[in-house]
Amino acid sequence: MTGARYAAGAASPGAASAETTDAASAGVASVTAPALRVRGASVEIGGASILEDVSFDAAPGEVVALIGPNGAGKSTLLAVVTGDQATTGGEVEIAGRPLGAWSLKELGRRRAVLLQQNGVFFPFSVREVVEMGRAPWQGTPRDADDDRVVDESLALTETTRFQSRPLPSLSGGERARASLARILAQETGILLLDEPTAALDLRHQEDVLRIARNRARAGDCVVVVLHDLSLAAAYADRIVLIHDGRVVADGAPDAVLTGELLSRVYDLPVEVMRHPVTGTAIILPIRQPSAARVAEPGESSKETP
Amino acid sequence: MLAVLLVGVSLVAAGTGQLAIAPDEVLGSILHRVGITIWPLPSHPNGDSALWTIRFPRVAMAILVGAALAAAGMIMQAIFGNPLAEPGVVGVSSGAALGASACIVFGLNFLGDWTIAAAAFLAGLVATLLVYFVSRANGRTEVVTLVLTGIAVNAFAGAGLALFMFLADTQSREAIVFWQLGSLNGSRWQDVLVVLPVVVVGLVVAFALSRRFDLLSLGEKAARHLGVNVELLRIASIVLVALLTGAAVAFCGIIAFVGLVIPHLMRMIIGPKHLPLLIASTLGGSVLLVSADLVARTAVPMADLPIGMLTSLIGGPFFFWLLRRTRKKAGGWG
Repeated sequence: MTGARYAAGAASPGAASAETTDAASAGVASVTAPALRVRGASVEIGGASILEDVSFDAAPGEVVALIGPNGAGKSTLLAVVTGDQATTGGEVEIAGRPLGAWSLKELGRRRAVLLQQNGVFFPFSVREVVEMGRAPWQGTPRDADDDRVVDESLALTETTRFQSRPLPSLSGGERARASLARILAQETGILLLDEPTAALDLRHQEDVLRIARNRARAGDCVVVVLHDLSLAAAYADRIVLIHDGRVVADGAPDAVLTGELLSRVYDLPVEVMRHPVTGTAIILPIRQPSAARVAEPGESSKETP
Repeated sequence: MLAVLLVGVSLVAAGTGQLAIAPDEVLGSILHRVGITIWPLPSHPNGDSALWTIRFPRVAMAILVGAALAAAGMIMQAIFGNPLAEPGVVGVSSGAALGASACIVFGLNFLGDWTIAAAAFLAGLVATLLVYFVSRANGRTEVVTLVLTGIAVNAFAGAGLALFMFLADTQSREAIVFWQLGSLNGSRWQDVLVVLPVVVVGLVVAFALSRRFDLLSLGEKAARHLGVNVELLRIASIVLVALLTGAAVAFCGIIAFVGLVIPHLMRMIIGPKHLPLLIASTLGGSVLLVSADLVARTAVPMADLPIGMLTSLIGGPFFFWLLRRTRKKAGGWG
């Protein structure tokens, strides 16, 4: 599956050569060329600055988590990368080519986006929705793979069981997984996921991020907006911490997830512990014993867009 | 199956009326024209000419207009992301009728046979654009907004029609009343020839767009992420709706609810995928309109009921039921 994806990904016009030239010029400390490159992106909406001079890269093979408090600009940053949000300054490059130089169809073969809202207006079945993910490949030699890819995507997200049910009749979590299946069926080398775990229970949160990490191990570039810091610590290769529209930290989870930094950014005393076996960071707000019952854990609250 | 039904209904419809002709004789009459003589000709001496000068153009018009209205309804539902959108409900039809009646009242005739159709199209386009941009927020249209916008547009168009009626002479006044009620009475071949190319082009474009409509139902952003040029699709669809509705309204007046009932029924039967849905809707719209027209001209002896009245009679309660159902799902509208 992965071999085929990369063969065809490289065959898409200009992408392969652009990537190699980019690798030469990129002064970034990543082994491979960035699949995604944001330089000095700024966004102003109604005079208010939402993003200010934001730069970050994401390379094939890595999971990059975008974290930060509500309203920090994570979703806006993701929207800048998807092209949904116009910038007032800065550059965005996908596979070495400026975002504006891509046609919509080519982009649809290169990057897939999972939004927070995943409804569908008419009662399409889950399978039909996942098949929609194949649309960018229509008319290319790869549309012969449609059925196989759709089957695999359904199986991977454990949605095969309700593939014939109408999507609007599913629960929020089931719908989110079906939408993830659609994104996977799109077979792009770049996955942009906006809070994919928000509606999910404990097991499916782990499943979704494991799928994302497996895709990265197979060579994809995965950028994921997350609220759950412990999840980010466990699954991300790199974490970009955003606060008030700026990048505050960008690095390995252990470097970014420190009690001191998080306490400052989230405006709440936070402590970082280590899992006794795996050594992964576990992030918890420091709760006073008496206040424990009323305290609301900041990292699990949902961001309103 | 729908196609067979359409052929059957059309044959029966063509044969029924003051001068009854059996379906096989109707078929015989058609086939004789193309040189096949296995079926009998109409036994009545005037049968053949009655078929070709009165019945056939009327049935052909019903087929075209039914297909156009059902397709227009389906396209509107796709781009509004709302199952209640329909040319009649949101005021596109009455907008188009306003344009058409302006032609009559002011005696405009700048494009010959095409004048009325062109005016209906232009006015329909304005109405569609207006409704589209007024009623949408965040990529979709709430039911309440849509229906209220429809009321506003219909009220305005109604006022315009009333003004034209006031200004017009008796003859034009009758023509305007006819527009408001909707009728296939007096359809001529030359009208059919105007409507035919418009509807054919409209349907071909709609077929070509149908897969994009599927993607659009994921929402505008998601559709764009899958490579759909949403802005272009939107504009093409609006022009398409105005074209199809304008063609239908120009010669037959306001025939409401065809675009609501048919796509909805078809969606319940075959599912929401837009390509099969469009095929089924055009055929279903034709069947409905041919049958409705048959009822319109035979239910009361020696009289021609307005077909718009008939479709509204069925469509009104259906719309009400849909509204209730949608409301239940949306948990009330405050």
